[in-house]
Amino acid sequence: MSAGHDHDHDDEIALRVEALESLLLEKGLIDSAVVDEIIRHYEQDVGPMNGARVVARAWVDPAYKTRLLADGTAAVAELGYGGREGAHVRVVENQPGVHNVVVCSLCSCYPWALLGLPPTWYKSPAYRSRVVREPRAVLAEMGVTLPPSVEVRVWDSSAEVRYLVLPERPPDTERLSEGELAALVSRDAMIGVALPGRREASHG
Amino acid sequence: MAEQLDLEGRAAPPRRNGELVFAEPWESRVFGLTMALHEAGVFAWDEFRSRLIEAIRRADADGGSQPYWQSWRHAFESLLTAKGICADADLEARTHALAARPPGHDHH
Repeated sequence: MSAGHDHDHDDEIALRVEALESLLLEKGLIDSAVVDEIIRHYEQDVGPMNGARVVARAWVDPAYKTRLLADGTAAVAELGYGGREGAHVRVVENQPGVHNVVVCSLCSCYPWALLGLPPTWYKSPAYRSRVVREPRAVLAEMGVTLPPSVEVRVWDSSAEVRYLVLPERPPDTERLSEGELAALVSRDAMIGVALPGRREASHG
Repeated sequence: MAEQLDLEGRAAPPRRNGELVFAEPWESRVFGLTMALHEAGVFAWDEFRSRLIEAIRRADADGGSQPYWQSWRHAFESLLTAKGICADADLEARTHALAARPPGHDHH
């Protein structure tokens, strides 16, 4: 994971970032306690369980699902989730015959408030370029093999719109509670590179 | 059957199927600084994003081996320079000053 990281180099960068922070402090532009709190928030408070809760609600509440697909930003705000970076959330629904997958081909846009910060592979040049060109091959490599009859839709995120995939509810889950359903929804299923209710392959 | 996930409580896992978000402390620091300045209204998100795209484009063209948070840091420094907030020379000077601290110095 951190192969290629050179410790001296990291120390140098760490000093440079420390210098940056001290200059911004002197100019009165930041407060270190606020920076600490932001980091804590992204490390501990936000993560895929937020998105999983949205998906489970949509599975059990058809009216909520309708609102979610019509206006994702407003519907996730109902559950208390909103992006600090002010982008709109658009939810795309997997259906029989349609599979959705999300990428940010230019950088790393991602629905932070719902999934946390993106995994390393999402930011990699290989995923960003290949999933646009050959989504079926990439999905198969990640463990999702789709029959040719299934249409694959690739959604390229931008500064304005962050996409979230609403997976299909797995069969034989009628008796599960909303919390139990949420536990079936993985981060990767909401990016569209896995199916819900299956163990995640490690894509590190 | 999957275990019930405690989504609300204090014991809830931070990222159920997540991964380590930051490998090095400076990565979280530069991320936090960027978000803090953005929330303070110092720049519009797109001003940063366009620079991040450019930094990542250059890293990709270079073989894609530059770590992501390095691209982020380059983009952030370029934004601060363009905004007249932090000149490169000031940053260099401060970095040298910090490097010259005696070993075992107090971090705070």
